Amino acid sequence: MGRTLTFKIFRYNPTKENDQPRIDTYEIEETKRLNVFTALNILRETQAPDLMFDFVCRAGICGSCSMMINGRPTLACRTLTSDLPDTIELYPLPFFKLLGDLSVDTGVWFHEMAEKVESWIHTQKEFDPTAEEERMDNATANKIYEAERCIECGCCLAGCATIQIYPDFLGATGLNRIGRFLIDPRDERGDQEWFELVSTDEGVFGCIGMMACDDVCPKDLPLLEVFSFIRRKLSGIALAKDK
Amino acid sequence: MKVITTDVLVIGAGLAGERAAIASAEKDLDVIILSLVPPRRSHSAAAQGGMQASLGNSVKGKGDNPTIHWLDTVKGSDWGADQEVARIFADNAPISMREMAHFGVPWNRVEGGPRDVYIKGKKTTIVEDEAKEGLITARDFGGTAKWRTCYTADGTGHTVLYTMDNLVVQHGITVHDRMEAIRLIHKDGKCVGAVVRSLRDGEILAYMSKATVIATGGYGRIYGESTNAVINEGTGSWLALQTGVVPLANMEAVQFHPTGIVPTDILVTEGCRGDGGLLLDVDEYRFMPDYEPDKQELASRDVVSRRMKEHMLKGKGVQSPYGEHLWLDLRHLGEEHLTTKLREVYDICMYFIGVNPIKELIPVRPTQHYSMGGIRVNKDGHAYNMEGLFALGEVACWDMHGFNRLGGNSLAETVVAGMVVGEKIADYASKTKLLADVSLAENTVQIEKDKIANMLNNTNGENVYKLRDEISDLLIKNVHIFRTGEGLEKAVDGLRGIVKRTENVQVKTDAPGMNPELSQAIRIEGMAKQALLIAEGALRRTESRGAHTREDYPARDDANWLNRTLARWPESQENPVFTYEPVGVLDLPPGNRGYGGGQQIDMKESVEEYNTNVDSGQRAEGRIDPSEETGKRLPKEAWKEVK
Repeated sequence: MGRTLTFKIFRYNPTKENDQPRIDTYEIEETKRLNVFTALNILRETQAPDLMFDFVCRAGICGSCSMMINGRPTLACRTLTSDLPDTIELYPLPFFKLLGDLSVDTGVWFHEMAEKVESWIHTQKEFDPTAEEERMDNATANKIYEAERCIECGCCLAGCATIQIYPDFLGATGLNRIGRFLIDPRDERGDQEWFELVSTDEGVFGCIGMMACDDVCPKDLPLLEVFSFIRRKLSGIALAKDK
Repeated sequence: MKVITTDVLVIGAGLAGERAAIASAEKDLDVIILSLVPPRRSHSAAAQGGMQASLGNSVKGKGDNPTIHWLDTVKGSDWGADQEVARIFADNAPISMREMAHFGVPWNRVEGGPRDVYIKGKKTTIVEDEAKEGLITARDFGGTAKWRTCYTADGTGHTVLYTMDNLVVQHGITVHDRMEAIRLIHKDGKCVGAVVRSLRDGEILAYMSKATVIATGGYGRIYGESTNAVINEGTGSWLALQTGVVPLANMEAVQFHPTGIVPTDILVTEGCRGDGGLLLDVDEYRFMPDYEPDKQELASRDVVSRRMKEHMLKGKGVQSPYGEHLWLDLRHLGEEHLTTKLREVYDICMYFIGVNPIKELIPVRPTQHYSMGGIRVNKDGHAYNMEGLFALGEVACWDMHGFNRLGGNSLAETVVAGMVVGEKIADYASKTKLLADVSLAENTVQIEKDKIANMLNNTNGENVYKLRDEISDLLIKNVHIFRTGEGLEKAVDGLRGIVKRTENVQVKTDAPGMNPELSQAIRIEGMAKQALLIAEGALRRTESRGAHTREDYPARDDANWLNRTLARWPESQENPVFTYEPVGVLDLPPGNRGYGGGQQIDMKESVEEYNTNVDSGQRAEGRIDPSEETGKRLPKEAWKEVK
């Protein structure tokens, strides 16, 4: 016998005059291997035609569908209802601008973060289409890939205590991005530039060390290591300056 | 009405659109990119396996060059490709890979010395050349003579898209995300922009531009069961079809990927088989070598999918509550390989179907994956019959893929076409004046506003989700891997009825904002009409070529069908119009692919005779003359030097 699931979903449409934030309740019969992606689509198609949420790849790759599921930020597409109790509470990710119901504006925040950390290779070299590529050892390529695996889902920010108090904080995802370019031999930014980027309260010293980011990251990025790597790197730069 | 003007309007922020946008930004043109979603969510990000380019750095790619890549591509296409476009692609692919390396993609690199790999089911030691240490490496993919697919683990689309979007940020290119183009603004065969609906607040506005570029990817979701992202509903190709004059080409050429997982239809990359994965049947017997002794699991996708289906029809499939499937076996590759080079695959299996591929078999079946067809463009990416309109990437039929594309060739196409076509777009926009005909824009906006009002006011109309499901049901049952005249007629009849019913859609909620049901309703006419083009194109094409397999016409018929299907839907006409044009200049004469079996009916005319009719045949269909003469980039008989 399948369970009857109760979905309690945060509803609010900011474009609708006089709309009030509320929790609406829906019921749905659980089927085998039901995930929250399928459940929400069934709800939209049969019970709540105006229900807003975001899915794109539905394969845990694109980072669109992060939301609070029973109090925890995670990807809805790969959350199986069988791992949850009979009552499932869905809220939009905190911190980001709410677009409606479960849909939040991650795109603008991440675009601004990319501008802030200048998330691109800084190099004086021009691309030469006739030349062989610059060599890189495979271990370095793998290390960069490991940091590049972030899917900008925003779960780390939703779980971050610092950023709720201090919204200019770059968050684990921003610092991870800096770490990605720090280890990239193609990036010619010098110690001073890195120092200025991460030595402020917006950067690595803003973190108060609760590390929920590391707990909730759906891609299991080694965020603890990223923070300590950047701190070590900064201390190194600072000590070298003192000499 | 809000009007936004720009030099270049790019619709779609996946790899193709972004690379093209950068080409224009580099020439100091004003560019705006529109996207249904934040750019990094685009479906390019989901591509896992890699990009083909003949760098030849891995020892198993030694001696590779663009000619061999081109040969594989033309054979893979079952001679349906434009051979010159395939050549432009193969020549530029190595440059694009190096360019992306320069921009920051962490391509996996050659590690000199011996390593163990699986080739054709056997563990083998290969020795990578120490002199190539640190250069971009490659893995094996289907239908290729060499190991040629460049990769970053199994997250290639992700890393390349992130790198590309970093460049977009660096160039300060304007991106308007959560915006959907719903109609082109055009007059007298010239496109001057698009009507756009905001998915944030529902506002309808007009963008006016010198050049308009469609790069919206595929339409896979029309099939329902598809590996594609949920946003891939053919919105871009519908923009072109809606003009009444721009043709969609080869819509019957639909790729089914051998390894969609069951259930959920999520893709696991061809890299699984490239790295040594095997296909097994209900008896855990490896069946592919029986059908394809030479290429085995790594024949082209059309062939592997067909063989899988054939094997299941012999009763060798595995029965499950989610339908019949076969197994993909990766167990022998080991934990280290599966949690590094195939980590996404590992995660997908664990999270979505609860299968641990280190210890267990993965249930797979052929699933709709890619559209070889699309908006017909010339070799510069310029749409037929519509000046100022360009298309590239999966949404376009540029046509390097013909009737079957090779794995790793489409992801590479996005960046190569972005570079090559992007340049042509910039050239065009640089010498064109902005035609800011605001009353034309207003009239076009009004058409859409009226349509939307009708759907919202309708109190006794069709349910859009029901229509969507009926469309996919007809395609899945009748326009899949094996097709028959009888089934296709059923699909065409059914779809004609559905097309009519899309005129009477009712949207239940008039909630302002993104209104997801309204968004679906706006797309449904395009989905129904494209489904009909797929089915009717398949019914009319009485041969089997590449991914288009007719059980009642099993031979590839070069005497009658060495051509490209063009389908237009003239405004206010009940039915589409089908015409045909030559595939392009032939250099490699039609022959045997070397895999897949199958019979051939030879051309009646000589290659020379065929080639003399290419220009006139394509011009007659509305091709705008490209910047260079036809065939200029196709070196004559270079393939004869390949051993």
